[in-house]
Amino acid sequence: MSISAKDVEHVANLARLTLTDEEKEQFAGQLSAILKYAEKLNELDTDGIEPTSHVLPLYNVMREDEVAPSLPIEKVMANAPEEEDGQFKVPSVLE
Amino acid sequence: MSLLNQRLHEVRQLLSKKELSVSELVDASFKRIAETEERVGAFLALNEENARREARRLDESGSADSGLLYGLPIGIKDNIVTEGLRTTCASRFLSNYDPIYDATVVTKLKGAQTVTVGKLNMDEFAMGGSTENSAFKPTRNPWDTERVPGGSSGGSAAAVAAGQVYFTLGSDTGGSIRQPAAYCGVVGLKPTYGLVSRFGLVAFASSLDQIGPIAKNVEDAAYALQAIAGHDSRDSTSANVEIPDYAAALTGDVKGLRIGVAKEYLGEGIDPAVKQRVMEALKTFESLGAAWEEVSLPHTEYAVAAYYLLASSEASSNLARFDGVRYGVRADDPDNLMELYRRSRSEGFGNEVKRRIMLGTYALSSGYYDAYYKKAQQARTLIKRDFDRVFEKFDLIIGPTAPTTAFKIGEQVGDPLTMYLNDICTIPVSLAGVPAISVPCGLADGLPVGLQIIGKPFDEAAVLRAAHAFESHTDHHKLRPAL
Repeated sequence: MSISAKDVEHVANLARLTLTDEEKEQFAGQLSAILKYAEKLNELDTDGIEPTSHVLPLYNVMREDEVAPSLPIEKVMANAPEEEDGQFKVPSVLE
Repeated sequence: MSLLNQRLHEVRQLLSKKELSVSELVDASFKRIAETEERVGAFLALNEENARREARRLDESGSADSGLLYGLPIGIKDNIVTEGLRTTCASRFLSNYDPIYDATVVTKLKGAQTVTVGKLNMDEFAMGGSTENSAFKPTRNPWDTERVPGGSSGGSAAAVAAGQVYFTLGSDTGGSIRQPAAYCGVVGLKPTYGLVSRFGLVAFASSLDQIGPIAKNVEDAAYALQAIAGHDSRDSTSANVEIPDYAAALTGDVKGLRIGVAKEYLGEGIDPAVKQRVMEALKTFESLGAAWEEVSLPHTEYAVAAYYLLASSEASSNLARFDGVRYGVRADDPDNLMELYRRSRSEGFGNEVKRRIMLGTYALSSGYYDAYYKKAQQARTLIKRDFDRVFEKFDLIIGPTAPTTAFKIGEQVGDPLTMYLNDICTIPVSLAGVPAISVPCGLADGLPVGLQIIGKPFDEAAVLRAAHAFESHTDHHKLRPAL
């Protein structure tokens, strides 16, 4: 599988990354090499093989629905890049 | 000999008789860090004031008889959160992040009365095999400072090899504890997935990440594991299993042990000198009454491809939370919310992290999911079955930890695929979720070689027993770099 700079731009857009033209070219070459190597997996006959997403048997863990104290607001906001009135501040979402 | 190089029972005895104070032990740690850190670069942050205060507190009101790890100076990989102590994941994105809580492993080690002297360098967000991908500085291998310490827990392994701390915590996703331990000539243990809580470990690939100890010998690794293992209700992937007495496993007896030696781990691409050290190690096991024979893990050659698709896919999802809104670095004056996300992420993440996010995003994207992600998960099933089959007849699997010794800084940095192939011996173990330890098994051209001992799920006791027996009959772990 060969990845073009345009493909990289599309994937970067999905991943919320902005790349320079130089970076797009560089990643296109590197991702192409990695995906070409990954095509090795096509040699495997995986018909009827269950995918393993986790080695442990996972199940939902439910806790009692009890009221408990939340984190204090100053702790929640301790690492906020920008805050106002105990809320995370971001640029306006609506025009 | 430095206090930090002494065996646990010797240190404990000195502390118990009050011939040594915790403050002196912590002083020795900071003194050694001051002597060596400029050449090694293992630490991203030192916790000097708090560590000395904690040492004084223990000297005034603690008791050396209260626990095995009492007063020991330790270091924590910088992707494990520590309340009030900066945790950056070696990323510009988190360069100003001070956690508001401790990871479960940190709480447990505080409970065991260890003293955290600092946070250790790593590849950014644990992505890499050399610790060259740290946004702040590379760590250097104490055996040869022109070479990498391995990664991503390179700081954790180098700090132990340099005698800066008593033991450290690392995290292992595809080999990030074992491979740097091998390159630095120390002991690194990746526990069974689920044995140690991941609560407070900054997630890279959640189905693979596991915290474990790096120590100068197997005994110390066993005691550190004892302290951090156990079920945690705050981690939904934490296994609820009984934790055995790991120290009781250190009997030195491996008589009758059945060892499988995977031929795929000793084939093409393995340095002949590395293979030689592994074969010598097998002779040691033979002389101790263990039996070994060649076995096959036929899907090994597919592990690296499957791993990079799966780990990158999980990384692309996990790292979506870094958006510049709630914590971390935010781009200056963004015009709108989308630009805030894009610029914060683009300025905050390094190249390796961006590469893996994009690889994962691609593998999960519409039209490619079945061809890449699902196929890789099916390959994972086949790899896991390989191990299940061998473990029906054998107690352990043994092989090298890494195909070569430590490579030179900058040698592989522009070639990610070659770098990924360094993890060929450790990745299958991670995909199968089983435990494995790397112990020093000699030198090749003056550089340490790691022996990897792999066990059945939750059978850390067997892994530790074999590793300890090997260590008890060899002197490889006593070798120290001339730093």
